[in-house]
Amino acid sequence: MHDANANRAAQTFALLTASAVLVNPVGLHARPSVKLTQCAKGFAAKIEIALAADGPWTDAKSPVKVMRVKAPQGATLHFRIAGPDGEAALAAMLALVHDGFGEA
Amino acid sequence: MGEIHLTGHPASPGLAIGPVAVLTRAVVNRAAKDDPAQEAAALKAAIEGAAVELAELIATVHGEAAEILEFQVAMLGDDALAESAYEAVAAGATADDAWRAALDAEIAGYRAAEEEYFRARAADLVDIRDRVLAGLNGAAPIAKISGDSVVMGDDISPSTFLAVDWTRGGAIALAAGSPSSHVAMLARARGAPMVVGLGPLPWNGQPPSIALVDGDTGTVIFDPKPETRRLFEHRMAVANAAQIAADAGRLKPAVTADGRRIAVLLNVAAPEELASLDPAICDGIGLVRTEFLFEGSRGLPGEDAQYAVYRRILDWSAGRPVTIRTLDAGGDKPIAGLTIDSERNPFLGLRGIRLSLARPEVFRVQLRALCRAAVHGTLKVMLPMIAIPAELDRANAMLDAEFAALSAEGIACARPLLGIMVEVPAAALCAEDFGAAFYSIGSNDLTQYTMAAARDIGAVADLNDAGHPAVQALIARTVEAGRKRGVEVSLCGDAAADTRLTKALLATGLTTLSVSPIAVARLKATIARVTT
Repeated sequence: MHDANANRAAQTFALLTASAVLVNPVGLHARPSVKLTQCAKGFAAKIEIALAADGPWTDAKSPVKVMRVKAPQGATLHFRIAGPDGEAALAAMLALVHDGFGEA
Repeated sequence: MGEIHLTGHPASPGLAIGPVAVLTRAVVNRAAKDDPAQEAAALKAAIEGAAVELAELIATVHGEAAEILEFQVAMLGDDALAESAYEAVAAGATADDAWRAALDAEIAGYRAAEEEYFRARAADLVDIRDRVLAGLNGAAPIAKISGDSVVMGDDISPSTFLAVDWTRGGAIALAAGSPSSHVAMLARARGAPMVVGLGPLPWNGQPPSIALVDGDTGTVIFDPKPETRRLFEHRMAVANAAQIAADAGRLKPAVTADGRRIAVLLNVAAPEELASLDPAICDGIGLVRTEFLFEGSRGLPGEDAQYAVYRRILDWSAGRPVTIRTLDAGGDKPIAGLTIDSERNPFLGLRGIRLSLARPEVFRVQLRALCRAAVHGTLKVMLPMIAIPAELDRANAMLDAEFAALSAEGIACARPLLGIMVEVPAAALCAEDFGAAFYSIGSNDLTQYTMAAARDIGAVADLNDAGHPAVQALIARTVEAGRKRGVEVSLCGDAAADTRLTKALLATGLTTLSVSPIAVARLKATIARVTT
């Protein structure tokens, strides 16, 4: 349900992409995954992450799926965002990663 | 039935006495409905119920414990977790079968992860799985455990552990389990005594009613005789008084009753352990195990990654000496892609320095990282499992070469002092023959090789005694060699933290002991009572 809405949004808004290196000690583990998904859920935009620029893409609002990515420290995290508040969402996501999810 | 003594492995120190509470698995089989809609509703209710229970639990804890539970709540609240379970239910599976299969697949994914950190999260998923299953079965999610109980079972989940108020003096005794589990870490942080690896529990049907848990030695006594219990209670009273006095003296230097200053150093397995510690509790770090760098990562760690970790440790110690041990793989510490799997007796095989010399391309990377880190503090490097001087000589030559190469490249570096661990009896007997910059006695391996008895084999565990005169003689001989050569001798095995041995160890002339952070207060208090 949620994905269908986001897809509709994706059709009318520009696709924003960016990447950042995971600097916190153990990568995108439990605590950062929870923080990332909580932050993502605060935006209407469809937000996806991937370990490579060409995907596969993962819904950044699902902690279960984000944990399945098992992104280690030093990995480059790619973002793909589309939606009315896409710019703000991208800025928030990048700030979170650069900040090491408050753990660095 | 008379009293029963079981020996396992200490996972969290301290003494406790209490009624036995046995963790039982939910065995009640629910009556599954034939209707997929009812099954789906039952599953949904159980998942939501589990999330509510966890949320209530979160309100009672904080810090790391709360974060573990918040992660579980976030996972439970995500529809993606149960997606395949609902699909299976729609196709006719029962709610519990469908949920178990969905979570087992998820858990298998975590267990297959390359990073140790992600593998360790499998325990949290097991916890989630069982909590929801208990809800489906209508069983009380957790056996009612009062805070003064000795909790027994095969293993214990983090959420079960966190549901108990451990300030009331309870303890944990497990048939299986590991001293490095999440729960063991939590138990040490909460001061709950814990013993693991007791093996099959020797009773059928009626469990014992009372247990005495000794988290210092890893022993548990069930249904003690009155005299046994009285002696244990006396020990507890003494230990409590000692702990109160010891905590007060943790930041003070260790001095014997007759005024001899003893250096107390820390054993560290991972730099994260240092984060919450004040460096003032110690005179430096006596042992940094570097195996953690090589476990579960993608292949072997690079020079920069090692350098960053070593530097972090030196920065923490703020000028106090830090002794880093080069990779001690092999024996009971296998590392994928490095150690040999097929050795018939790995403790007598290619391990420690032997493996490093056999794999110079791996060893060189570590030596380079150590030379680069050495500019950030007082770094000493020690070699494990040294048996003959030629091993030290070869390592010295390699260290010289890497130091020279880094210098030639214009990279900031220093040549750390190179010493040896004395843990093979041959090295102890001939310690004087080694051109080592220092000696560090590894009492665990020295004891096992001297007594020819492994400590993890219950049938011979009694023989594995660091206090045996033969082991003590080898320690004394090493101390004497250090005195003659004018180099420092320290001891970094578990014997250093065994306060029953402190007087004997100091009597050999040892002036430096290295122990895990949790043992510092008690060791310093013991030293203060020793006259040498």
